[in-house]
Amino acid sequence: MTARLKAFGLFWYDFIIGDDWTVAAGVVIALAVVAVVSRTSVPAWWIVPVAVAILLPMSVWRVTRTLRHEESASSS
Amino acid sequence: MSAWALFAAVFLACSVEAVEATTIVLAAGTARDWRSALIGLSAAFIVLAAAVAALGPAISALPLQTLRLVVGGFLLVFGLQWLRKAVLRASGYKALHNEDEIFRKQLAAARAASTQRVGFVADWYAFTLSFKGVLLEGLEVVFIVLTFGANQNNIPVAALAAGAAVLIVAVAGILLRSPLARVPENTMKFAVGTLLTAFGIFWGAEGAGATWPGADAALLVIIPLTALLGIGLTAVLRAQRRAVTGPVSSVAPPVGTARS
Repeated sequence: MTARLKAFGLFWYDFIIGDDWTVAAGVVIALAVVAVVSRTSVPAWWIVPVAVAILLPMSVWRVTRTLRHEESASSS
Repeated sequence: MSAWALFAAVFLACSVEAVEATTIVLAAGTARDWRSALIGLSAAFIVLAAAVAALGPAISALPLQTLRLVVGGFLLVFGLQWLRKAVLRASGYKALHNEDEIFRKQLAAARAASTQRVGFVADWYAFTLSFKGVLLEGLEVVFIVLTFGANQNNIPVAALAAGAAVLIVAVAGILLRSPLARVPENTMKFAVGTLLTAFGIFWGAEGAGATWPGADAALLVIIPLTALLGIGLTAVLRAQRRAVTGPVSSVAPPVGTARS
């Protein structure tokens, strides 16, 4: 029963969060910042696009860095 | 967003999932037992239809701003995952999805498994392979239909687009009796990742309280900019990879096929 519950939880974690939890965390933080800033007189529309412009390259960079390390380790 | 734009966005997104599900059902049917594979497919459709019927009205009942915040957040997370995978594959850092190879692997695994009859299902392995594959890919279709449809207050059009995508891909797969290897899946994945991310940016920010300059017209700027970000990243990564390993082979623009 516990194993099935764990598998069920892992399935939904993988389905929603995927293999890079920092992206999901970044999205939540960006939306929270928008919610706070939008209560002030400062425009808040630019925050999420900027967050995406940071999150996507960072996430891609993390994967490529790992792959490069693996490649250099296997070739040496 | 017009009904046609909603239809096009959902149709494109669901076609990618349908291609992957078709490969699995074809493998189960070809290697094992078509009847059991089709029963598995039908059972998965019933579960998915029940999910749409149960969740659709519940999601539609949410206040629009809350809906946009939640849906926008999910779309952003999903879209960024898709876009990242498409960029990594297009730049040669990850192998392109090869429906032929996946089909061959599924076929080999299916042929090696033993046959077991359960109730009116002659081959339980073919049933579960088909059921799980369609259910898994179908959940993403359900998610896309509900999020796009509920946000535009038009779940029927979104469901129609998903149904058309699944039907066309399934018929093509059945007629060809082979995986749809020629479908440029990575290009489609790149386009869908761009759309999901762009709509996620728009709805998420709006739901959190931001006001877009130009209202809905802002999407006409967000979508191309998101695509440019992905294309730019692909170009940088390709150049980087070429500098290390030589020319990247077998990869055209964000094209190919894929899933991790």
